[in-house]
Amino acid sequence: MNRSPYISDAPSVGTMMLKVLLALVPGIIAYVWVFGGGILVTLTLATTTALLAEAIMLKLRKRPIQPFLSDFSAVITAWLLALAIPPLAPWWLIVVGTLFAIVVAKQLYGGLGYNPFNPAMIGYAVLLISFPAIMTKWPAALELAQTKLGFVDQLQFIFGGLLPQDVKLDAVTSATPLDYLKTQLTLHHDLASIKQAPLFGTLGGKGGEYVTIAYLLGGLYLWQQKIISWHLPTAFLASLALVSGVFWLVNPAHFASPLFHLFSGASMLCAFFIITDPVSGPTTPKGKLWFATGVALITYLVRVYGGYPDGVAFAVIFMNICVPLIDAGTQPRVFGHKK
Amino acid sequence: MNALVNFTKIFKFNGGVHPPENKAQSTQLPIGQLPLPEKLVLPLRQHVGNMPKIKVSVGNKVLKGQLLAEAEGAVSAAIHAPTSGTVTAIEDAIIPHPSGLPDRCITITPDGKDAWMKRQPQDWRNADRKTLVASLRLSGIVGLGGATFPTHIKLRADGKSDVHTLIINAAECEPYITCDDMLMRERADEIVKGIEIAQYLLGAKKVLIGIEDNKPEAAAAMQAATANTAMQVIIVPTLYPSGDARRLVHLVLGTEIPHDKRSTEVGLQVFNVATVVALRRYFELGEPSLNRIVSMTGNVNQPQNFEVLFGTPLPHLVKAAGGAKPDTTHYIMGGPMMGFDLPDEMVPITKAANCIIAASPTLFEPPPPAMPCIRCARCADACPVNLQPQELYWFAKSDNFEKANDYKLFDCIECGACSYVCPSNIPLVQYYRYAKSEIIAIDKAHEAADLARERNDFRLARIEREKLERAQKHAERAQAAKTEATPETNSHTDAGDAQKSAKQAAITAAIERAKAAKAAAGIAPKNIADAGENVKKEIAEIDARRQAVGIEKPAIDKDKQAKIAAAIERAKAAKAAAAAAKQNTEKKD
Repeated sequence: MNRSPYISDAPSVGTMMLKVLLALVPGIIAYVWVFGGGILVTLTLATTTALLAEAIMLKLRKRPIQPFLSDFSAVITAWLLALAIPPLAPWWLIVVGTLFAIVVAKQLYGGLGYNPFNPAMIGYAVLLISFPAIMTKWPAALELAQTKLGFVDQLQFIFGGLLPQDVKLDAVTSATPLDYLKTQLTLHHDLASIKQAPLFGTLGGKGGEYVTIAYLLGGLYLWQQKIISWHLPTAFLASLALVSGVFWLVNPAHFASPLFHLFSGASMLCAFFIITDPVSGPTTPKGKLWFATGVALITYLVRVYGGYPDGVAFAVIFMNICVPLIDAGTQPRVFGHKK
Repeated sequence: MNALVNFTKIFKFNGGVHPPENKAQSTQLPIGQLPLPEKLVLPLRQHVGNMPKIKVSVGNKVLKGQLLAEAEGAVSAAIHAPTSGTVTAIEDAIIPHPSGLPDRCITITPDGKDAWMKRQPQDWRNADRKTLVASLRLSGIVGLGGATFPTHIKLRADGKSDVHTLIINAAECEPYITCDDMLMRERADEIVKGIEIAQYLLGAKKVLIGIEDNKPEAAAAMQAATANTAMQVIIVPTLYPSGDARRLVHLVLGTEIPHDKRSTEVGLQVFNVATVVALRRYFELGEPSLNRIVSMTGNVNQPQNFEVLFGTPLPHLVKAAGGAKPDTTHYIMGGPMMGFDLPDEMVPITKAANCIIAASPTLFEPPPPAMPCIRCARCADACPVNLQPQELYWFAKSDNFEKANDYKLFDCIECGACSYVCPSNIPLVQYYRYAKSEIIAIDKAHEAADLARERNDFRLARIEREKLERAQKHAERAQAAKTEATPETNSHTDAGDAQKSAKQAAITAAIERAKAAKAAAGIAPKNIADAGENVKKEIAEIDARRQAVGIEKPAIDKDKQAKIAAAIERAKAAKAAAAAAKQNTEKKD
């Protein structure tokens, strides 16, 4: 019987996914430092919901539960969604989002390996469309907030919507830099004056930029570990820098700099953790470049001209649709064949 | 390991993998000789191509080197008696083939004298090339790198092109296998003599010898042996599958042999080191192909290379290597990347047997259950042919054979690099083998259907023609009766001419009708409804075949995998080797 090769040298799917989770840890630490411990609650809720939903769905689909739970792919979806939504959102928000991501976007399409769309981004898009008010209400970075909420306060707020006495909601939340920028620009303020607001840091949003840098470090770890290739992050960041750079050079009073775009919103998370989802992304090297470029362009357009402050989720979902086309059109030349 | 200096540019191919080499175990001892076994079982089919024609019968006394079976048809190779003795059986026996099916074998019981027939060395330097190559048909020499393609065909001057460069494949890229390594270390001079013969027969100007950099002793020996020649030893990086002929050609020359061409069509020919040694023995010593070097390694007490007579039962070889360790479960022929499980321990060593690995569960862990493909494309990064294994897997799994063909499934060399790096443990190569055998079966069915249709058209045309002829004859008779009075001479020729032209017209008309019918039939498949039916038919055929061998569609289920693999091997065994011949010509040797 011919069943060669008899040997293999590959990390298991579970190991690969664990490394992705590990790479998110610096970002989470920075997150806690900047926005407080509330995110840990959200992460726990998301993880629990994801694993339960995955197990129930596997059971209903009569698939083995253990091997698919231990591949950790559901946990990645949960974490990405948790990191993408406002950390002080009510507890049911992350639960609804995670359920939708796992049950509809992943399991109903056939589970691991069969989902055409990035489940976390589907979950995010559903929440953004259904609950826009909550989804755009971000807590201010602790150093900017008029009132700093402790961990227990954050817990009470997440689970009961209760704030400590005498604290108003506005005192703990603020617009995100991208959101603020967009609103102010529509009021015909120029960029230089807008950027004077305390919300802005050196690179992106104050505080948020540290989280972004931590994501970047985690991403570099994934690249070093050969879990992801350079194609997607490089093409995404380069295209985003290029398109924002062109606009910025043409009218620096109206368009934010490339640095601001790279270090604001979900840019880094997108570059290293979201578009690098292999299942819903392209597989050819050239295809990866096209895919990431597409995501970057759409993200920029949504940020500048669209109705939402950030456009990563919609950009990714749209480009997911194009993946079969991109893959078919970017087949590399096979050895011994002409171009 | 000595650092080997390399002055030649190496042209890398895409991907490749570097599995643990495991070569040191079997290179500790020199090439060993075996005592004569009690019997030798010689499968007639030890090569790619037709079964040779048996020239002896049971009871015949034979001398060492005597012809037992001669090459029959274009692609075939002769079989010789590896020692003197008696032909004691000509029967079907289990052969070392993945199918596990028995095939015709000649059994020789040695008389212990090892008495040679009269050997006739040839003065090849002063002989005509064509005569030499023609005499090779009697040598039984086949590619000893594993492809076992008859060597006389690879040397045949086909007039299509001139071979200007001979590449000697000494890469030996598979783990565990060290037979070429040891051959080079110990018999470099003999290899060089063999290369000179091959070079002369091909008329090649340039000789390049490709050796992986994990064999410094062999490379040094070859460099010393070729010092006074124009041959060039090229050290290539250790990267599996550099020993694949097309990959090696690319490594040393930067030439990509087009997928639809043979290496000779671009002026190149590739020979394995062991094959050229066989050439040298045939021409300079008059010895046909009787033995080869085999690496006996893995879970045995003393791994070693042996010079083994073809037909030697495997247990004899295992015993010489100190016996198998107690936890040995079975034996693998070939390397761990492309080898296969031997169906039985009692198989003979054949021309293809470069390596036998005693396997145990600790040596080769059973693979964990396969997970779904996550499209990580690590397989594509590893593929030396630059295919997209993840797409091919998808197409093979869903029986989308047309797409699999579009994505160049048949360029896959089944090296196993994709499976080697797969995080989901998917037995990718098995899916490709399955899809290939299905596509070949479908093509064959189409050919048969076309032939049947053509025959039917001819038959209809013939019936039509005969009908017309009969009518014509009746008419003529009637007319002859009417014009009885008219002079014979004139009317005879007229009637004859008329008859001829009428017959001609009838035939032409019939042929036209047949053509039209055929054209209509030819157009028909373009019709969607018709195509749908065809597809349905194909599916039905495939399903029927599957049921016949007792399997369903491929699934992740391990049991089914085993069944698929078994079915594929059965199909492979059954199908004519001609289909594979083209690929095998240049593969490995």
